[in-house]
Amino acid sequence: MKSVRLWSIRNARWLKKVYDGLEWILSLLEPILRRIGYDRLDKPFAAIEGVIKGFFFDSQSCGQCTLGETGMACPMNCPKTLRNGPCGGVRQNGGCEIKPDMTCVWVNAWEGSQQIGTPEETIKMIQPPVDNRLKGRSAWLRALRLRAGGLL
Amino acid sequence: MKFDDEPTPGENLPILPGHTSPGRFERILRAGHFAVTAEIAPPDSADPADVFSRAALFDGYVDAINATDSSGANCHMSSMGICSLLTRRGYAMILQQSCRDRNRIAMQGDILGAAAMGVCNVLCLSGDGVQSGDHPQAKPVFDMDSISALGMVRHMRDERQFLSGRAISSPPRLFLGAAANPFAPPLDFRPHRMAKKIAAGAQFIQTQYCFDVDRMKTFMAQVRDLGLLEEAFVLAGVGPLASAKAAEWIRKNVAGVHIPDDIIRRLAGAEDQKQEGVDLCVDLIEQIHEIEGVSGVHIMAYRMEDRIGEIVSRSNVLNGREPWRPAA
Repeated sequence: MKSVRLWSIRNARWLKKVYDGLEWILSLLEPILRRIGYDRLDKPFAAIEGVIKGFFFDSQSCGQCTLGETGMACPMNCPKTLRNGPCGGVRQNGGCEIKPDMTCVWVNAWEGSQQIGTPEETIKMIQPPVDNRLKGRSAWLRALRLRAGGLL
Repeated sequence: MKFDDEPTPGENLPILPGHTSPGRFERILRAGHFAVTAEIAPPDSADPADVFSRAALFDGYVDAINATDSSGANCHMSSMGICSLLTRRGYAMILQQSCRDRNRIAMQGDILGAAAMGVCNVLCLSGDGVQSGDHPQAKPVFDMDSISALGMVRHMRDERQFLSGRAISSPPRLFLGAAANPFAPPLDFRPHRMAKKIAAGAQFIQTQYCFDVDRMKTFMAQVRDLGLLEEAFVLAGVGPLASAKAAEWIRKNVAGVHIPDDIIRRLAGAEDQKQEGVDLCVDLIEQIHEIEGVSGVHIMAYRMEDRIGEIVSRSNVLNGREPWRPAA
């Protein structure tokens, strides 16, 4: 929903904090989750994640979340699914080249990252290309798993 | 202008120390010359003669030729086809590779193919949306974006591997380029976007049409402060406007092109608007030439390619230097 998504951008600062807090709680639960089994948990986790992130951010559930690095704007809403910044087609009023009525996702992302306050550490990171196998899977569990394995 | 070690047309030059490509374009820029590139109009035909005649318009005026990749999402002869034909004759070609129509498998294959055909320069672009072209029904691919594509090509060149990690026995020796649009929002993000492209592998940057010299100056100051001009060459995009009406149309319909009102007023007030468009382009090139850190101009003279010679010679940016041309 557009209005909620834009609200989330304006409130990116504390939403990011809530997000970080959630991540911290999950990291405490990591040993339990691991015992239950990541694969078994993926479906229910992805479902919950999809509802929450879908509501707040219009998340497209790519399974490899960048919200924290993109000012709480989901880059998969960009019609070109650009994950590293705006294309050259952004209109002078900030509208999307392809959907003129929509504000460019990256105009939002830049605004949100200013709210969070550390754009140099986040939005300027180079995001790798999407792994299409992960679509619809839980990005939270993936991040947890990678972090526990020292890979993130 | 010919180098001492100039090969027979169709063969590449030796790679100099500190260079990554065996091409003429990288040599021109690294030697500190003000470079001129131009966009060739891709034909809607399968006749090689159409490509050769269009390239001939640039002979003696242009250091490298960009072959667009169905720009505006309109179908034309492929960049690969044009580059392959023209490298055989000795032209320095810049292969444009957009992410719109090909996934990472096709793109990597094309990179090897292009390098094997003598292409020394690749410009990685996101690409225009399919909605803006003549096939809006098409599936937009966008498996990669311009930055991950740059990283991929650099990985192939420097690590001698496909993205999968599988080895490449003879890597593509390429000079890597990217586009920048200093004139589109979010303006404050634009210099950082260019920094990301350079971090991902870009060695030269070609910008969108510049009709706003003040904005270009601001952008160049920003990228200079970020230290980017030590890492990449910036070529400013320019081009003649055919009339005030055409300028209005472009401003309204071509996403990302910013044309200030005073430019349109100047064209509208002229008796011969087409000639005024050429004069304006020459003026802009002269002003851009003065901006510190700009290494060249990239001329996109849509349907006015025959005026490029006049534009280059009148602006005098080559300073008496004559770019390579095929032997008569």
